[in-house]
Amino acid sequence: MDSNKNNIGIKLEYEVKKDDFTRAGEASSNIKKVLRQLGIDSDVIRRTAIATYEAEINIVIHSEGGTITVYIKPDRIEMIAEDSGPGIEDVRLAMQEGFSTASNKIRELGFGAGMGLPNMKKYTDEFYIDSQKGGSTTVKMTIYI
Amino acid sequence: MKNYWHSVTLESELCNGCTNCLRRCPTEAIRIRNGKAKIIKERCIDCGECIRVCPYHAKKALANDLSILNNYKYKIALVSLPLYGQFCLEKDINKVFNCFYDIDFDFVYDVAYAADILTVLQKDLVKSSEIPKPLIATLCPAITRLIQIRFPSLIDHIIPFESPMEITARMAKREVAEKLGVSMDEIGAFYIAQCPAKITSINKPLGIKKSYVDGAIPISKLYSKLLKIYKEIDNTKKIQKASGKGIGWARVGGQSFAIGIDNYLAVDGIENVIKVLEEIELGKLNNIDFFEGYACITGCVGGPLNVENPFIAKSRIRKIASSFGDSEVDKKEAYRMLEEGKIGLTEKIKPLSILKLDSNIQRAIEKMEFLEKIYKKLPGIDCGSCGAPTCHAMAEDVVRGKASIDDCVIKQRKKISGSRG
Ligand SMILES: Nc1ncnc2c1ncn2[C@@H]1O[C@H](COP(=O)(O)OP(=O)(O)OP(=O)(O)O)[C@@H](O)[C@H]1O
Ligand code: SF4
Ligand SMILES: [Mg+2]
Repeated sequence: MDSNKNNIGIKLEYEVKKDDFTRAGEASSNIKKVLRQLGIDSDVIRRTAIATYEAEINIVIHSEGGTITVYIKPDRIEMIAEDSGPGIEDVRLAMQEGFSTASNKIRELGFGAGMGLPNMKKYTDEFYIDSQKGGSTTVKMTIYI
Repeated sequence: MKNYWHSVTLESELCNGCTNCLRRCPTEAIRIRNGKAKIIKERCIDCGECIRVCPYHAKKALANDLSILNNYKYKIALVSLPLYGQFCLEKDINKVFNCFYDIDFDFVYDVAYAADILTVLQKDLVKSSEIPKPLIATLCPAITRLIQIRFPSLIDHIIPFESPMEITARMAKREVAEKLGVSMDEIGAFYIAQCPAKITSINKPLGIKKSYVDGAIPISKLYSKLLKIYKEIDNTKKIQKASGKGIGWARVGGQSFAIGIDNYLAVDGIENVIKVLEEIELGKLNNIDFFEGYACITGCVGGPLNVENPFIAKSRIRKIASSFGDSEVDKKEAYRMLEEGKIGLTEKIKPLSILKLDSNIQRAIEKMEFLEKIYKKLPGIDCGSCGAPTCHAMAEDVVRGKASIDDCVIKQRKKISGSRG
């Protein structure tokens, strides 16, 4: 937890491992608990949980692993999902509802509807994604309280 | 602090301060203080886990005993659904119902019949888009409280109907008052209860202003009496009224089966329910139409105030449900009752944000930072010796001023042995 003098806030950080389905959802569940203790509005909690969950699952399924960092400030929640590759070839395509490169195996687990990124965008007030093939993917999202 | 009332209570002479209940409580509502368990009232949802798990039987359900019948001129027994599963199948359940006359009740009502009425209405509700999917059925008041505390964003999904118990109580009292030409005040309606959650919902109702039920007597308290009377009587007035489907509500999955839908989730056990509610909150189960969740394994037949083994009782309910006839409830009649205000909830179910550290967000954030600082100083082994269920809960207690970091036994020990704590 970091305290910034002119702008107080809480920092939550979670490491997300590749292919670790057993722990997937832990970060978002934990974030939810903290937000409840802060007395944040239930709709904001739900939207934050959805956004971080989808980011978390994308790191588990599509990347080599990464981190989810959440900053909770009195007026907003900032979420940053960062991984170490392999990146997205065509971000515009990835953002389309229904687009997914998930394997059949993953689809059998109930993922791969191609709705994760669109939902992250839908449920947050600000959404920004940066990714190149061969590099890392960074998703930054903000929800105003 | 609001006035909380809970059926789940502690008999402190029996409590030896072990940590069994501490660890099992799904809402972290228990602390051990001065060698005795304490229940944090605003957090307790009356799920009964602690009653089940206490090896010393120090946790119990506050309920009435039969002496409460003396306060009323006319007495109604509201026989709960799980009673159907408490007797071997050779016994005639209608005769069991008749036994209540010999325990001083003047009228006996089959609560499962109200489940038949609700089945009709819920069937239509599933087809409509009035309420966001999945609809959440709340036969179990512990789950409703859990949603209020931990999943307030799901309150909108809750089916806005009263419980079979409450619907039966209203119906029975009105009928009796009319028949005898007496005032309702002279009539007492008593629930033959399977769990503390139901008893709490009588005293502190959810979604209605006041319960029509005047008291609750545990099934377990009447069981041996019923068995004895059963041997002695042979009068058989027809009381049993519910269909197999209505009776089926006593077990997990029974509501969905009665409604006749495929696309449902039926979950029993409080920890399992929490996991599924997490998924619903994430929007991962929007394709499901109907969700029924129960604090107790097997559903209400598994309630802690029953007598029979939950799994045996559940299997019986299933058998009974398939051997009993079809529902006699007329659709028009069900809707008439709804329109007359005999079924719908009248009060909003409100979120209970009792978990927040401070009502001012700035201060809450500061407290949270402090909490994490304290947490880092604790050993993180969740031993429970300090009286809190986890080190994290302990840190929270310190921030709330309810505990001191020196209560950590491990830290103290390290201090004494001279190493750094
Ligand atoms: N962190 C990431 N690293 C690499 N590729 C990614 C990453 N996140 C998303 N993608 C790519 O973008 C596509 C779309 O992502 P999105 O989350 O919208 O759908 P999905 O994960 O395939 O399915 P769903 O989220 O509905 O389970 C993915 O199929 C994948 O090809
Ligand atoms: S599942 Fe039924 S018996 Fe168990 S607590 Fe809930 S209402 Fe009571
Ligand atoms: Mg995804």
